[in-house]
Amino acid sequence: MQLSTKHLLGIKNLTSQDISLILSTAEQFKEVLQRPVKKVPSLREVTIVNLFYENSTRTRISFELAEKRLSADTINFAASSSSAAKGETLLDTVNNILSMKVDMVVMRHSASGAPHFLAEHIPAAIVNAGDGINEHPTQALLDAFSIQEKTGSLQGRKVALIGDIMHSRVAQSNIYLLKKMGAEVVVCGPPTLIPKHIADALGVSVSYNIKETLAWCDVANVLRIQLERQNQVLFSSLREYNIAYGISRQLLDSLHKEIVIMHPGPINRGVELNSDVADSKQSIILQQVENGVAVRMAVLYLLSGRTAQA
Amino acid sequence: MKTQINHSELLAIIDQLADQLMAAYPDVEKTVLVGIQQGGVVVSNLIHEALQKKSKGRTFGHGQLDITFYRDDVRNKILAPDTMHLPFDVEGKTVILVDDVLFTGRTIKAALDALFDYGRPDRVKLCVLVDRPEHRQFPIQADHAGQVIKAQRNDKLKLRVNEQGQAELLLLSE
Repeated sequence: MQLSTKHLLGIKNLTSQDISLILSTAEQFKEVLQRPVKKVPSLREVTIVNLFYENSTRTRISFELAEKRLSADTINFAASSSSAAKGETLLDTVNNILSMKVDMVVMRHSASGAPHFLAEHIPAAIVNAGDGINEHPTQALLDAFSIQEKTGSLQGRKVALIGDIMHSRVAQSNIYLLKKMGAEVVVCGPPTLIPKHIADALGVSVSYNIKETLAWCDVANVLRIQLERQNQVLFSSLREYNIAYGISRQLLDSLHKEIVIMHPGPINRGVELNSDVADSKQSIILQQVENGVAVRMAVLYLLSGRTAQA
Repeated sequence: MKTQINHSELLAIIDQLADQLMAAYPDVEKTVLVGIQQGGVVVSNLIHEALQKKSKGRTFGHGQLDITFYRDDVRNKILAPDTMHLPFDVEGKTVILVDDVLFTGRTIKAALDALFDYGRPDRVKLCVLVDRPEHRQFPIQADHAGQVIKAQRNDKLKLRVNEQGQAELLLLSE
């Protein structure tokens, strides 16, 4: 079995078979990560550039670790310290890097569609590590892997995405993926942070009531309030957000069932999640981080075939 | 396509191999049996079953090794991996690698690479159902071979488990 695509640009253009293949391959890589020698030689002739036009800590480290565990050579590029700051175009930068014989590009960019643009113009395989407010496919894949690992399967699972849906590429990728894999999805947050036509456009239910949503779901994936994207006033204060939509121990205890708590990180403690929830046994936040490496290894491995490159 | 070794012949060979292994490796605590995905796992399961019957359960530890990530042609064709499961420490052990057919030796070379990422065994032995010695491409030989088969370079020998769950070896000629 092989992927139906030669790039990972988003979950939108993957099939459910592609998703299953990535998740089952990731299971084997997770086994690799438990061994005394935590790497395999598969990608030892491959060179990968991590092109980060936007800040990131865990995604970049996770990709870099995944690449090293596959024995690939890696180069890191941060736009802030590069010629991009001198006015070089994206395509020029990437063509310069590729002329040094680079096989794959992992890219994060603040412009939605930047990796799609690159995929049309360069021969290397491209992995989207987050583009603007569009998609963050590897995050959705590692979330799905973690849900599957914790609860057994995605089919019929009730998943709530809570918080800033409007600015969240994680939410969008998660919704595409969960729908394709047969899960039920509710998005919940203040009306100002939920896109108006999301129910029709993406086939999810919308709720503005956090307690009802938590009582309904098996898994709550709590998104970060993106402080850096809040130029407009979309809620009155962080304190008020916490009171209306923050998840506290008390709220979870009132549910009379144990739901799974997830968060893509970094957490704003005391805003969307209180510490007594983030650090509780119900939270699988650190497992998500661990699974991220295995999932990214699977994606890179499955896209690394010689035929996968033009 | 013809049947080279049918199920009952195959079981007789397995029985012989089990006897050989019991005699050669009396220290059951320090010896483990590791089947190579996928055909080797079928063979090692059968050998392990036979050993358990013969020894009333006191026999080698048993695991399975997948070599997908270690193939020397890995990027020519990306394959989905099979399950890896070594429920023991290989450090200091005698590891008996088990495969269905020993042909070019490439699989065994990859299996050795994979195995050593789990630790440093004391020694590694090779047990195969069928040996095709004249087509070897690596300096690798079997310590225990159930049967030697001469076939053309392009012929393929393939272990198959039929609908009744019975393993048999097929010869596919071009």
